[in-house]
Amino acid sequence: MKICVLVKEVPDAAVTKRIDPATGRLDRSGEKNLNPYDTHAIEAAMQLKEGGELQVDEIVAITMGPESAVRALHKAVSLGADRSVHLTDEALAGSDVAATGYALAQTLKRENPDLVLLGQQSDDGECYTIGAVVADHLQAPSLTQVIKIDVAGGALRCERQAEYGYDTVEVELPAVISVGDAINEPRYPSLKAIMGAKKKPLDTLSTADAGIDAGKVGAAGSQVECGNFKAPPAKAAGTIIEDEDTGETVEKIIAWLDERKLI
Amino acid sequence: MAGILVYALHYEGAFNKNSLGAVAEAAKLAGELGTEAHAIVVGEGIADDLAAQLGGYGAAKVFKVEAPEGLAQPVVDAMAKVMTDNGHDYALFGGGLLGFEIGAGLAARLGAGVTMEVTNVTVQDGRLVAERPILGDSAISESRYKGVGIIIGRLNAFEVPASTGASAPVETVAVELSPWSTKAKLVKRGEQRGADVDIEGADILVAGGRGLGKAEGFEQLQELADAFGGNSAVAATRAVVDAGWYPYAAQIGQTGKTVAPKLYLAAGISGAIQHKVGMQSSENIVAINKDANAPIFEFADLGIVGDLNKIVPKLIEAVKAKKGS
Repeated sequence: MKICVLVKEVPDAAVTKRIDPATGRLDRSGEKNLNPYDTHAIEAAMQLKEGGELQVDEIVAITMGPESAVRALHKAVSLGADRSVHLTDEALAGSDVAATGYALAQTLKRENPDLVLLGQQSDDGECYTIGAVVADHLQAPSLTQVIKIDVAGGALRCERQAEYGYDTVEVELPAVISVGDAINEPRYPSLKAIMGAKKKPLDTLSTADAGIDAGKVGAAGSQVECGNFKAPPAKAAGTIIEDEDTGETVEKIIAWLDERKLI
Repeated sequence: MAGILVYALHYEGAFNKNSLGAVAEAAKLAGELGTEAHAIVVGEGIADDLAAQLGGYGAAKVFKVEAPEGLAQPVVDAMAKVMTDNGHDYALFGGGLLGFEIGAGLAARLGAGVTMEVTNVTVQDGRLVAERPILGDSAISESRYKGVGIIIGRLNAFEVPASTGASAPVETVAVELSPWSTKAKLVKRGEQRGADVDIEGADILVAGGRGLGKAEGFEQLQELADAFGGNSAVAATRAVVDAGWYPYAAQIGQTGKTVAPKLYLAAGISGAIQHKVGMQSSENIVAINKDANAPIFEFADLGIVGDLNKIVPKLIEAVKAKKGS
């Protein structure tokens, strides 16, 4: 069977994120990295492959994004993917969640995977939702925020936390599953894997290559118009103490609590 | 007829309070738009009496669909049919995991626009505009919809009023499920893991996150809570509950509990949005974290940048000494 893992390049968490006032989009310049949540999805794919209960022949990493997004694919390959696919086209810029999900689903249809895995949310736009969009286009069952996957015959038995506690759900394949970060501890890539990542096959596709209707993507094809960015209601800044002398720090905490009659 | 359709999640005979808040919000917005707010309930053997109760929160009509409950895709089928047949312009969700899944699937099905984590909805020029905090809540973005709009609220975004006691007419709708909607089956729902602890009534909560490093880290937090004495308890983030370090019943945040104690002391918690939505109404927030860039310092009233393993033991002694004095 074939597993496709959707990955995404996001700004490094340490870099201050901002909206480009000219375009109204997230400024994606600056330091980038593979979405940390995606490493859990790749690890989940690797564990299914190594677990041996399913015959996993191939793990394919797929991303949509500008030229620089290739680095996220290299990282994904260094973590275990066999090859990667890069969907990139000017026409895709400014796509909303629904348009992005449609474009990724079209790309996935070319691969015809038995399982699509992705991270529960991307670190920048917090799109928990992309998996459900992709699944509807692929007409596949779908589940998000999964923290345990067991193979149960030809199906997957998944666990996740929902509104009222933990749910156990049996999902037939092919399926689209987003995993939560509690599902595993991603491995670190070996130096050899990092060095070899650029040599693994990488397909670059345009919207036309992927059979994407250009009228349904990009800012023009998206159904949501975002704008009028404004600052949230101001909250008085809190007091910050850098702990240098712990005895003194604790005294300050006690005084602060005492002042507010919390102790 | 244009209008707003609200998904009302229910479990064991009661509606989810975030869903009730969404029904009330939709009723208010529908009034401004000059249209009606409708609700939809999806499940097995739902009593008409239960569905009709949504009228007390402002639903002018309730659609009832017999389908498997607890999973998103059957609800997508049901809402897509009801919205197409009745011409609803908007769908509104009260937040929570199922709302995200249903709303996103519905956007794909209807070719609609979707916005999640919405904290406020307004009417501008006869259309709904959704406000959503972005970039770690450092900015607010407005969403407008070219066609059908799907708005998914952030947890607790919509206030839940008291029921007026009104009863809404209930219309049963037969929906044919998509073949893929029945390929995921709920084996077990709502399993509670770990001890049953009560954190919602506590005045002082000492909460721990991944920064504790290991399950044993909760022992010192329990000791700190005990030192405060009175009505204090220990709570946890989702990450550590999923890791099995602490019981599910003590989880704060998106899929856990919402609390507003007098003092919320967060140890080793970074302060991700999913956690913040469950505790931001606390009267006083104190955070201890070794990462000066942790988002929690942006909304803590007192932030301590340092190693909790050094600070907490001394804090326990100091609280004990203060209490004893």
